[in-house]
Amino acid sequence: MHRKLPMYICFLFGAFMLVQFFIPHRTSTAIYETILDWVQIIYAFSLLVGVALLIKHHAIIATRPSAKDRPYSGIVLGGIIGMFIFGIFFGRGEDTAFLWVFKYVQAPMQATMFSLLSFFVASAAFRGFRARNTQAVFLLVAALIVMLGRVPVGDMISGFIPKAADWLLNVPSMAARRGIYIGIALGTISTSLRVILGIERTYLGGSRG
Amino acid sequence: MDIGTTVAAILTLAIYSFLYRDNPFYKVAEHLLLGVSVGYFLVTTIVTTIMPKLFIPVFANGELSYLVPGILGALMFLRFSRKLSPYSRIPLALIIGVGSGVAIPAYMQAQLIAQLKTTMLPLDDISNIIIIAAVVSVLMYFYFSREHKGLTGAGAKAGMYFLMVFFGSTFGYTVMARVSLLIGRMQFLLGDWLGIIK
Repeated sequence: MHRKLPMYICFLFGAFMLVQFFIPHRTSTAIYETILDWVQIIYAFSLLVGVALLIKHHAIIATRPSAKDRPYSGIVLGGIIGMFIFGIFFGRGEDTAFLWVFKYVQAPMQATMFSLLSFFVASAAFRGFRARNTQAVFLLVAALIVMLGRVPVGDMISGFIPKAADWLLNVPSMAARRGIYIGIALGTISTSLRVILGIERTYLGGSRG
Repeated sequence: MDIGTTVAAILTLAIYSFLYRDNPFYKVAEHLLLGVSVGYFLVTTIVTTIMPKLFIPVFANGELSYLVPGILGALMFLRFSRKLSPYSRIPLALIIGVGSGVAIPAYMQAQLIAQLKTTMLPLDDISNIIIIAAVVSVLMYFYFSREHKGLTGAGAKAGMYFLMVFFGSTFGYTVMARVSLLIGRMQFLLGDWLGIIK
């Protein structure tokens, strides 16, 4: 029963949402919108479960005297609790502690983290990019043209490079992406049908229960 | 130079210190980023979803039907109980069922039909011919129900070359996006913080 009931619920709601799209009656549309509201609420709770798990994990480390990473877990907990208190009790508008932390702590660190990746991408490319075969040459040349075409030096070398970069992005690259998107769409549709019909049930977890 | 800029600059340098090696400054910044981001996300979830879609309809407007998703959402927390954790699958099944039901027409319309429609181009331009050839050959490459031999093999091979061009140009584009972020951070450190550059 612990596995069958979720499967029935999944089928019922999945089939309704699918059929409703093709028969958009006033009543069914109202139910459809209510269900979407419900899902948003349940989804928000599932995110809260994730936060609770993270807090639990770091609380265990922070309270274990022998743990080497104890102070770092304390920082994570401090960040979560601090932002929660600032955001819920002291407002979120202009000139609030919540927005100050977002502007001067979170946003700069996020941007720096992403920019840090440029060093690792460059180092990985240096180690991994070898023109071993024709396919690798295609990859290498495409990457080189797009990189040069995006900076002024590319235009200084030849006015053809930025045009070639745009053409690469807008014609062969876009067409290959389109092929991938069509594949993803077909895969998503077939997987969704399998889920609704109860063929795919890995989301139910192991056999426990 | 205000205190906020100095704090942001110190944290930026703490993250860049990872380029030397993993060190306590980086770890402090990394964990602070995690904590603050989760806290921000927690507040956003409460303020944009839980309050307006659950608490206000139930407690201010008396719409008791919204208690149903509230209770279902609360069932999610049963994951923490070894005995009652199977009940947390009920809301999960609802989310997955609804998601699947919505995904089928959405993907069919927004991805499948839209992508096929934009591929139906007149064969009067070399770029259009390349686009059609690339889409067909990439699809042939991902078609595994038939052995890649003969015409299918040739198509799949051509698809592989188009995919390589796609991976290369996507890589180049991503690198340049990261580099522009790096330039932005350098402008912040040398301009906003130290005032060396204008």
